[in-house]
Amino acid sequence: MAKLIAAAKAEGKLNVIALPPTWANYGNIIKDFTKKYGITVNSANPDGSSQDEVDAVKSENGTSKAPDVLDVGMAVALVSTSLFAPYKVSTWADIPAAQKDPAGLWYQDYGGYMSIGYNSAKFGTITSVSQLLGSKFKNAVALNGNPTEANAALNGVMMSNLAEGGTASSIAKGVAFFHKLKQVGNFNPVQATEATIKTGATPVVINWDYLNTATAVGQGSTWKVVVPSNAILGGYYAQAINKNAPDPAAARLWEEFLYSQAATGGQNLWLQGGARPVEMTAMTSAGTIDKMAAEALPPVSGTPVFLTPAQATGAATYLSANWAKAVS
Amino acid sequence: MAAVAATNTTGARPERAGRRPPLAWLGTVPFLGYVGVFLLLPTAIVIWNSVRNTTGGFAFANLKVLGNSAVRTYFVGSVELSALSAVIGAVLGAILAYAIAAGNPDGIVRRISLAGSGVLAQFGGVTLAFAFFAALGPTSGFLLHASWYYDFPGGITLIYAYFQIPLMVLVFLPAVDGLKVQWREASESLGGSAWHYWRYVGGPLLAPAFIGATLLLFANALSAYATIQAWENQIAYTVPQQIYIAINSEVGLSNVNYADVLALGMVVLVAIIMTGYALLQRRAARWLR
Repeated sequence: MAKLIAAAKAEGKLNVIALPPTWANYGNIIKDFTKKYGITVNSANPDGSSQDEVDAVKSENGTSKAPDVLDVGMAVALVSTSLFAPYKVSTWADIPAAQKDPAGLWYQDYGGYMSIGYNSAKFGTITSVSQLLGSKFKNAVALNGNPTEANAALNGVMMSNLAEGGTASSIAKGVAFFHKLKQVGNFNPVQATEATIKTGATPVVINWDYLNTATAVGQGSTWKVVVPSNAILGGYYAQAINKNAPDPAAARLWEEFLYSQAATGGQNLWLQGGARPVEMTAMTSAGTIDKMAAEALPPVSGTPVFLTPAQATGAATYLSANWAKAVS
Repeated sequence: MAAVAATNTTGARPERAGRRPPLAWLGTVPFLGYVGVFLLLPTAIVIWNSVRNTTGGFAFANLKVLGNSAVRTYFVGSVELSALSAVIGAVLGAILAYAIAAGNPDGIVRRISLAGSGVLAQFGGVTLAFAFFAALGPTSGFLLHASWYYDFPGGITLIYAYFQIPLMVLVFLPAVDGLKVQWREASESLGGSAWHYWRYVGGPLLAPAFIGATLLLFANALSAYATIQAWENQIAYTVPQQIYIAINSEVGLSNVNYADVLALGMVVLVAIIMTGYALLQRRAARWLR
């Protein structure tokens, strides 16, 4: 570890990509990493998508600007393994087996559940997806992007699908739900951001719970986040190291920092941003988890559904043919 | 754009034309270079990539997606939005241009309208969409629960009209200014009514400029992307929005070659429009000789 730190310090910099400062507490994680090791973090294209990250690895390959580390959705991770260098962090054993590549090409980092974030002062208490069809939700319900493009939006439709009695293998009922939502005039097609929530332009947002809770900061106590009990849909992102990383030691040190279970380590920092770190179960039994942050998460009761790659692809294929038709 | 305002003089060449210095073509190099790098090369790349697959082999079957019903809706959406906003912009802009031309040529109204049009014609993208959103959107208080704001193409056409009308004023005013008062007087002294004047003199004279300007507005709307994307981004109504998805999709639908096929469709669409414009222009130009 000491050798890794020395090598990383000699490189002096780390290139990261597509890490929005308000996403899963990345603003503070980057700041703390720099403070701890004195390594400059160059954060490129913070609002980029997972696909943008992989594209940048290819297009900037061999330059000193190429991304060192990636934080990508599973759909992108699984088809891009030829770009990754295997690495196993020192807390490797605490990552559940289903959530990592056996060779260490990718390893899930944090995740959460699909949730409904809403202004409780305006709408009272929301407990289920079907409530959103009510007349008080005129122009209110927004997704986080276009489901044929953004993973969070696809999962938002999938959550509605589960709530409407659909299965993970067919997203048709979710699309039908949004068709109904559009017909009654409750669908709001504007991109939900912190600003649109603040101004009340998107008073109900279907998004990952950690993104919905992050936007709650500064909203006062009226912004509530609920994971519907009949539609618990989980999703995790994954870390990977670029095999041609310009700063290979800093890249590995970054991973060690992210998977550190210390009170000031990455796992607890993610948790403080509302995301559930992948080593949470192990940390809870070891007592290293930040209890206050853990209790602040929206409660989840029931068995969560995780999409398999085939189910995610099936949903995307169905959406590409039917989404625009259903909601326009 | 130049074609709109230009009055094509096809007079005889000056006599010295034959003894032009042999290096005169050098002057066109920057222009040809520019056109080559920024127009011909990208077009060639689009065509080349649209018939290849992700592994680099040829795949002419790619082009079949243009017949796909989902893809057709993107093109229909693009054409619908562009045509509607171009016609609204052209008609209202032409009326405004005529009103401006009828006023005092050195007056303050004309100067303000022209300066204003110059600024507003360039106002677009996220800022414009946000301005409308704040003023008319569902939360503005003005039109609370105004779901029509998100109707396609109604709501977005309203936003596009905001820059289409002033653009029409800018490109159409020179043509209206070209109408001489004497022509109207001649028509009247021969007993012509206002209808006769517009039917046989003013209309035919302005028609090429009007149609040309409308096509310019159409192309302007066709290629617009940032404004509609800021207006809403959860549904792809137009081809540029779908090209974005084809490039950026993180749910496994990204396919650069598919994006190139869509872009090729846009190129063909513009080529058809420009050919139609050239034919019209050739026919209309007879009036101007």
